[in-house]
Amino acid sequence: MRDLDLEIRTGDVLVLLGRSGSGKTTTLKLINALVRAGRGSVATLGRDVAAWEPHELRRRIGYVIQDVGLFPHVDVLRNVTVVPELLGWDAARRQARARELLALVGLPADEFARRRPRELSGGQRQRVGIARALAADPPLLLLDEPFGALDPLTRGDLQREFRDLAARLGKTVVFVTHDVREAVRIGSRIALLSAGRLVFDGAPDAFRAAEHPEVRAFARMLDA
Amino acid sequence: MSLWAFYAAHAGEAAGLLWQHLVLVGVSTAVAVAIGVPTGIWLTRRPAASGPVLGLANVFQTIPSLALFGFLIPLPLLGGIGARTAIVALIVYALLPVIRTTWTGIRGVDPAVREAALGMGMTDGQLLWRVELPLAASVMLAGIRVAVVTSVGTATIAAAIGAGGLGSYIFRGVATVDDTLIVAGAVPAALLALGLDGLLGWVERRAAR
Repeated sequence: MRDLDLEIRTGDVLVLLGRSGSGKTTTLKLINALVRAGRGSVATLGRDVAAWEPHELRRRIGYVIQDVGLFPHVDVLRNVTVVPELLGWDAARRQARARELLALVGLPADEFARRRPRELSGGQRQRVGIARALAADPPLLLLDEPFGALDPLTRGDLQREFRDLAARLGKTVVFVTHDVREAVRIGSRIALLSAGRLVFDGAPDAFRAAEHPEVRAFARMLDA
Repeated sequence: MSLWAFYAAHAGEAAGLLWQHLVLVGVSTAVAVAIGVPTGIWLTRRPAASGPVLGLANVFQTIPSLALFGFLIPLPLLGGIGARTAIVALIVYALLPVIRTTWTGIRGVDPAVREAALGMGMTDGQLLWRVELPLAASVMLAGIRVAVVTSVGTATIAAAIGAGGLGSYIFRGVATVDDTLIVAGAVPAALLALGLDGLLGWVERRAAR
């Protein structure tokens, strides 16, 4: 990463777009200290990342990855309430929160709470992944190609639902993808990375109109 | 003399040897687990050390058991004649399967699960206790099972250095060319191995659920 200067404001739904290896995931992981900056500084939730205890910081941020990473040895309910458990919520509060979240992502608790991850479809797993990220009501959500492994129809459903959910809950979102259609569908703001540099940062409409060759390369796929 | 008549005549002695055998296997396995599991966990945190440490454990594994017993006898503290030396040798043999399966079990945890756990704010200790060890448990138990079953067999040789156990009958039988004595030691040792194998297999299947 070079010369990266990016300020994410409360309420932004920022999509980090770019080819494989462009630095999107690295940028995302700088925010929650899964990657440390060699030079330069990163501030998250108003404090320098170096000043945070990493696990304290991460408990305040929802995190969703492409392979979901649900814990296979516990049921959906326990998976959803991992962060509340780490934060020491009591069982009744965790349970109530899990029911609320599962309903929010379209998986009624009565039917799904006791299932193991292996008993879910790919789309259902990622719904649980999103519920889990929202569990402790974090102000910020980080998503790394969350819908990349899903079939096109399921992906479309989840994109729409996620966009509406994030808007309704007023979350600040940083969303990594290499899919430009997904970027314009989800983002209120698009940041395009190319070979570790930021080459565009602006609204989806401005993105379509921008002149930079890498932006043009991506924007062409919107018309195809 | 038939086997039954032999046991009828020597019930107390046979039970004593069986008990000695169980103590040799039980104590050595317990110590091997107490050393091997933390070592295996440590290796997953220090990948650079895993090659040399697993290699060393492998080398110990290849020493013929009778030779290892012999090597240990002259050593101060660890050696001498008797059960202590035998237990040290059995620990050495049990370490490799325990360390290796602990390491393999933890390394086998899906990287996405580990990333999610860390990304949600688990500390390394929480990752270990809440995620990695539960997921590695059935693999680790398989290693302990291998360690137990092999040490039931190896422990019969411990009688050669005066550690007692069911091997006493076997060695005595070999020395006096008495088949009944050999069988009187070998059959319960084999049954013990099978029984413990079955029991630990059952525990392992329960853990896998």
